[in-house]
Amino acid sequence: MRTLLSNKFIMLGGAMILAMLLIALFAPLLTVYPYDGLDLANKNQAPSLEHMMGTDPYGRDVWCRVVYGSRVSLMVSFAAVGVAVVCGSVLGIVSGYLKGGFDLAAGRLIDIMMAFPSLLLSMIIGVALGPSTRNMCLSIGIPLIPIFYRVARGAALSVGERTFVIASESMGSGRFRTMFRHVLPNVLPQIFVVLSMGMGGSILAEASLGFLGLGIPQPTPSWGLIVNEGKPYMFTAPWTTGFSGAFIALTIWGFNLLGDGLRDHLDPRV
Amino acid sequence: MADNDYLIRLEGLTKTFSINSSRGFRSARLTAVNDVSFDIRRGEVFGLVGESGCGKSTLYKAALRLIEASSGSVYYQGRNLYEMSFRELMKVRREMQVVFQDPYDSLNPRMTLEELAAEPLRIHKYGGRARRLARTEELFAAVGLPVQLIKGYPHQLSGGQRQRLCIARALSLSPEFIVCDEAVSALDVSIQAQILNLLLDLKEQMGLTYLFISHNLSVVRFVSDRIGVMYFGRLVELAGKDELFDHILHPYTYALLSAVPEPDPGWIRKYAVLQGSVPSMLRPQAGCVFHSRCPHGDRLCTQTPPELRDFGGGHYAACHKAGELNLSLDTGCLAEKG
Amino acid sequence: MSDGGVLLDIRGLRVRFPMRGRGPVCAVNGVDLTLRKGESLGIVGESGCGKSVTFSSVMRLVQSPPAVLEGEILLDGRDVMRMSGAELRRMRGKEIAMIFQEPMTSLNPVMRVGKQIIETLRLHESLSEKQAEEKALEYFQMVEIPDARSRFWCYPHQLSGGLRQRVMIAMALICNPRVLLADEPTTALDVTIQAQILELLGRLRRKNDMSVVLITHDLCVIAQLAERVAVFYAGRVVEEASAGELFANPMHPYTMGLLRCVPTMRTVSRRLDMIEGNIPDPACLPAGCAFHPRCPFAADVCREQAPEKRFFGERRFAACHRAGEVG
Repeated sequence: MRTLLSNKFIMLGGAMILAMLLIALFAPLLTVYPYDGLDLANKNQAPSLEHMMGTDPYGRDVWCRVVYGSRVSLMVSFAAVGVAVVCGSVLGIVSGYLKGGFDLAAGRLIDIMMAFPSLLLSMIIGVALGPSTRNMCLSIGIPLIPIFYRVARGAALSVGERTFVIASESMGSGRFRTMFRHVLPNVLPQIFVVLSMGMGGSILAEASLGFLGLGIPQPTPSWGLIVNEGKPYMFTAPWTTGFSGAFIALTIWGFNLLGDGLRDHLDPRV
Repeated sequence: MADNDYLIRLEGLTKTFSINSSRGFRSARLTAVNDVSFDIRRGEVFGLVGESGCGKSTLYKAALRLIEASSGSVYYQGRNLYEMSFRELMKVRREMQVVFQDPYDSLNPRMTLEELAAEPLRIHKYGGRARRLARTEELFAAVGLPVQLIKGYPHQLSGGQRQRLCIARALSLSPEFIVCDEAVSALDVSIQAQILNLLLDLKEQMGLTYLFISHNLSVVRFVSDRIGVMYFGRLVELAGKDELFDHILHPYTYALLSAVPEPDPGWIRKYAVLQGSVPSMLRPQAGCVFHSRCPHGDRLCTQTPPELRDFGGGHYAACHKAGELNLSLDTGCLAEKG
Repeated sequence: MSDGGVLLDIRGLRVRFPMRGRGPVCAVNGVDLTLRKGESLGIVGESGCGKSVTFSSVMRLVQSPPAVLEGEILLDGRDVMRMSGAELRRMRGKEIAMIFQEPMTSLNPVMRVGKQIIETLRLHESLSEKQAEEKALEYFQMVEIPDARSRFWCYPHQLSGGLRQRVMIAMALICNPRVLLADEPTTALDVTIQAQILELLGRLRRKNDMSVVLITHDLCVIAQLAERVAVFYAGRVVEEASAGELFANPMHPYTMGLLRCVPTMRTVSRRLDMIEGNIPDPACLPAGCAFHPRCPFAADVCREQAPEKRFFGERRFAACHRAGEVG
């Protein structure tokens, strides 16, 4: 644990993510305006003492929306990436290690998923399941599965050829034990790298869906939605897109740092 | 080969792989191990030599049923491995362990040395944590590894120490039979001697039986009691160590042995140059596998594959002309320079 | 030492690799070596002893920085360390050529072998495509590739390991280098092929009157090809002698140990003599003589002082305090 805390990347990344989570958790304490209070007289106001981040095109307080938006955005991206990591990595590792028929079948399934543009796939799933936060997570997470599948399968293929895997089998270890004891830990670093990418991707995907009206129903804010709402006024009132965009960027950066740090931390050679 | 004192016996072991050819839909078949039979006696070191690609690794994997043989059977202490259920096989596996060639790749870099050495113990649910730790410390001492290293990781060890750990791991369940697959080939020469001596000492102390696979003839000659020579998936000659080196019967064995360099610049070697090219594994030829490169081949050799024949004293050779040729290493290939 | 026939002269070469967070790795610690015209020099040593780094430095293939190189490397009197990029490119291949252990990874897998040779040749000589092809084919025949004309247009994976190594040799020799550096040229090959390649190298050396440096861990290979031998340990030359003298009468305890611990076809004992201990980590070498923790003859002086070379005749020395007393 001491070494975990001494890693600068993990500390910085972790602190950023933690701050985001605290903001989401204590949203009501951090805001004075309701996130859905329209005030069309005061739309697109620059940051001032009353509105520290200005107001959006509907006169709502941007800080307030960003803070509440973090709830949806963080939850959706965590859940979506969680779905994708678990399904993709497990499928990928099993495919890469067992090869043969399973690999062939899983590979074709993934090929079919990849044939659709991911936004289109999200929309199909979203429409089919109907609007709700849980379905939103699924519709964003499922199109991310191929990324994790391909990375995990490739890594598992190469790890599976290494002598210590064969050695473990020769000692009488079962296939599942070998897979999780030997293959998985050596595949994780590669997965970590894509993990932070997936986090960013899912926040953006949520934004796109929100923009198309397939996201979380109005007026609940999410970061992507705020960016989109502010987009037409980006040059005249840049604070709406700017501040929400900055939160997205900070979160993704935090995940990247955390991912890199964890990867190094888990490598006993460093 | 009737001898009741064997530990493991291979009968007609054959392994073919199908290879997807680049052209067309038909897949080619590659016979990596072709009808190999021999037995390994309890307490002996059986050396298996052959050049790369001769099927020696495939042979031991099929013999331990790490891969499924295409045909043939393997009897371990009288029981056929190929008729066992998975559970029985797992039980028998405790008694058969492998030490691999590459000590850098055969240890999972993300596990501590203790976890690595105790892995077979955990797989086979041996004792509790404390019991396993005690056993691990015992093993570290047996193979000459400092016990302080027990919490370390493989990257902190040198090549020789890693191989010691691999040996400790193989010994953890007190096996009967250990396969050493090129176990010293990747080590530095000064370390090689340490590991060879260690393996021989452990064999004496624990009454082990080894199948020692290597391409290095000098090493095989040093450790083995009996030696089998493989060429192209077939066992071409099998004899006791001294018998093999003194009375070579197969021209391939002769070519192989005469090519081994001596650490002595005063001697030059007249080795048997092998003619022709190595035949393709994918297009098996009629007759003897060695005929295209053999200096003594005639028509019979191109037509009928030779059987492994008994020449007395436990010396077997698969050559039509075995016994008729003069294949003596002493007169033929060591000649004084100048 | 006379300068008459000296082709390559390495003087006081040191190579250090600075490491982040800990001391530098001293791969080479003051190596002096001379190679004469037409001579074959064998370099023996175990992994991490600096033998490959020394000769990669000669080719200037060691990235510097980060590596820190000190000393002089004189090729025909010109200092390789001070050569410009263009001069280095001219030197590599044309004056010094190198062959490596693994012929598969040193050939481009997606290019026909003949084409690769032609390209190498045309880098150094202005020949037309046709002339280059003829010359390349001639070299293919010289390295005794059977059926050279058809093999010329093969891809590397279509050739066996032995043939690939022959292609590498042809490629190395095609510009008529004066020095051939062979780094473990037969380690990846089977014994029957190894014997052929060693014999070929010996024959080509005499025919082309070139100097050969054979770098290997295998004393048997050295015995087959080298006239002189330098033994490396922990980044130094611990003993140098003619091959005959070294094998018959080694002076350094490390050489003695190496010669005894290798099983040979004539070994009859059931136990090997061995060198105790492990190869030292080049990042933290022992004080005094680097071999002392493993040396059966180590005295107090060995633990404190690094030994100087003790000469026992011209170009015959051992860097050991007790050389000449023990053995």
